[in-house]
Amino acid sequence: MGSIKKKFAELKRRGEAALIPFVTAGDPNLATTLKILQAVEKGGADCIELGIPFSDPTADGPTIQRSSERALRNGLSVPRIFQLVRSFRRTSEVPIVLFGYFNPIFHYGLENFCRGAARAGADGILCVDLPPEESAELKRWTDAKGLDLIFLLSPTSGPDRVRLVAGRGRGFIYYVSVTGVTGARQALDNRLRSQVTRIRQATSLPVGVGFGISTPKQAAWIAGFADAAVVGSALVERIEKAKGRAAKARRAGAFVADLKRAMKQVIKKS
Amino acid sequence: MPALTELDRAYTQARRDPRFRKEFQLSLRQYAGRATPLYFAERLTEKLGGAKIYLKREDLCHTGAHKINNTLGQILLALRMGKKRIIAETGAGQHGVATATVAARFGLECEIFMGKEDVARQSLNVFRMKLLGAKVRVVEAGSQTLKDAMNEALRDWVTYVRNTYYLIGSVAGPHPYPMMVRDFQSVIGEEARKQILRLEGRLPDHLVACVGGGSNSIGLFYPFVRDSKVKMLGVEAAGRGLRTGRHAASILGGEIGVLHGSKSYVLQDERGQIRETHSIAAGLDYPGVGPELSYLRDRGRVEFASATDREAIEAIKFLAEVEGIIPALESAHAIAAVMRLAPRLGKHQIVIVGLSGRGDKDMTTVGDYLGVTL
Repeated sequence: MGSIKKKFAELKRRGEAALIPFVTAGDPNLATTLKILQAVEKGGADCIELGIPFSDPTADGPTIQRSSERALRNGLSVPRIFQLVRSFRRTSEVPIVLFGYFNPIFHYGLENFCRGAARAGADGILCVDLPPEESAELKRWTDAKGLDLIFLLSPTSGPDRVRLVAGRGRGFIYYVSVTGVTGARQALDNRLRSQVTRIRQATSLPVGVGFGISTPKQAAWIAGFADAAVVGSALVERIEKAKGRAAKARRAGAFVADLKRAMKQVIKKS
Repeated sequence: MPALTELDRAYTQARRDPRFRKEFQLSLRQYAGRATPLYFAERLTEKLGGAKIYLKREDLCHTGAHKINNTLGQILLALRMGKKRIIAETGAGQHGVATATVAARFGLECEIFMGKEDVARQSLNVFRMKLLGAKVRVVEAGSQTLKDAMNEALRDWVTYVRNTYYLIGSVAGPHPYPMMVRDFQSVIGEEARKQILRLEGRLPDHLVACVGGGSNSIGLFYPFVRDSKVKMLGVEAAGRGLRTGRHAASILGGEIGVLHGSKSYVLQDERGQIRETHSIAAGLDYPGVGPELSYLRDRGRVEFASATDREAIEAIKFLAEVEGIIPALESAHAIAAVMRLAPRLGKHQIVIVGLSGRGDKDMTTVGDYLGVTL
């Protein structure tokens, strides 16, 4: 409880931005995901987003779509994902955010899901297709179980929306860097710096940036003006290309280490 | 969300603007060919030996289905919002065609998303869309059918939202779509209500319509909702049979869930993953249903039944032979239900059936089913 807040505070003291890798649970199977999580932590992840696969991932591009399809083929379920978190927790204290779509969570039961997630040791939930306006029921249970409900903002979010999310959010605010879906991109929008700065002025919550970050250089650039960089598709793609459990874990760990190293070079004053 | 807020605001304004309403009515008349007849199916009534059956002939609309009522309304809204590009999802292709049609009529760029499996079974409609100047994007993700086309259209929309209008084809999707589409399709029920009062001097006893996403049914039903004596029956696709699991009956076989931004009955598995559906009628092959229909069902206002692929094929043959009308496979589901219902009703009773579209597009599919090569 509160470990996301603590982690960000710690990093802030050091003038560092958080690196938050995204990993799909169960791609290609849960045992491999466990190894990947361990490698990613070792590589320097400050917080980990664990993706709950969904059959209709509307916010995701082809990389994460493929990743979800692979995971779903192997009989993945919410209880087994909680089990994965529990196993990971035996050797790790890295904050974990469960990242998913609303229907599987709703189907499982909002209270049951939050209870299970908290018991397993997760720290936060990000429901990508649940707008803050519709979040009251879920927030009731995340608050009750000590989980942070994390909201999204994007380039199309106006000042009212920024205020709404700044007021309701906990943990950190996830700023979607593009009008678009997930997927590694060659170039990030130059306007990101001013967009994120504007949001940081409106909230005391840390602001993390995600969607499209695919190289250490880009992550370092983000670290210069945001509180966190989320790296998803670029990592998922490298895991996809590596063959075999050990290679996947190794590749994931190495990439995360590269990202963290580049980000550490950037020390922020604010 | 901001895109939806912008849309909601624009629609609320348009709705109140008499010029918008007038332009919509004019387009429906001059371009779509409304009003459609409420046709007394004399021989069908005689053969079934029960209630008087009237067919609301949406199959006589321009493009051959009710879809154009909605595409006209939405494209007028898109123009009002200054959007230059229209995108849409399509299952059977009728909505894709109706969208490409109005895009051509009003000179806007148009791209239609269609699942690979649907592209194969509705090649006539694919060709029509291209001939109308639209690009057809084949979707290979997921089950390659309507829900995946919708996912891809949503992805495109969030990426190009500033200049793009997403024209959803049914009462599904996030608010304000279910409301908007219902409003535009309500012309069906509004006309039918006036027509039946003129023809019979009273309201009907039953309304029957097929339900895929639910646009033609809510369009027929909505103007009668407050007429409590008018009973309503929605007919879903039972595919190979409800018990086989190979069907698309979201209300009869689904549970409450959230798909594509609305909370409604959804066909899902025990993990909350959306199920693959099956129906011989591509336009009914969707694992969700409009939220308002779900609500009306829960309130007991609308009842639900289903028809199998086989029953739909039988209904096509029956209506063709008895009335000289070849309905679409989707509409045939409603006919199949009427074939069961009408004989049980008194001869003084009146049933209105929404004939949502004509069957030309389905002849190859019907031929295949009957073992005939065209």
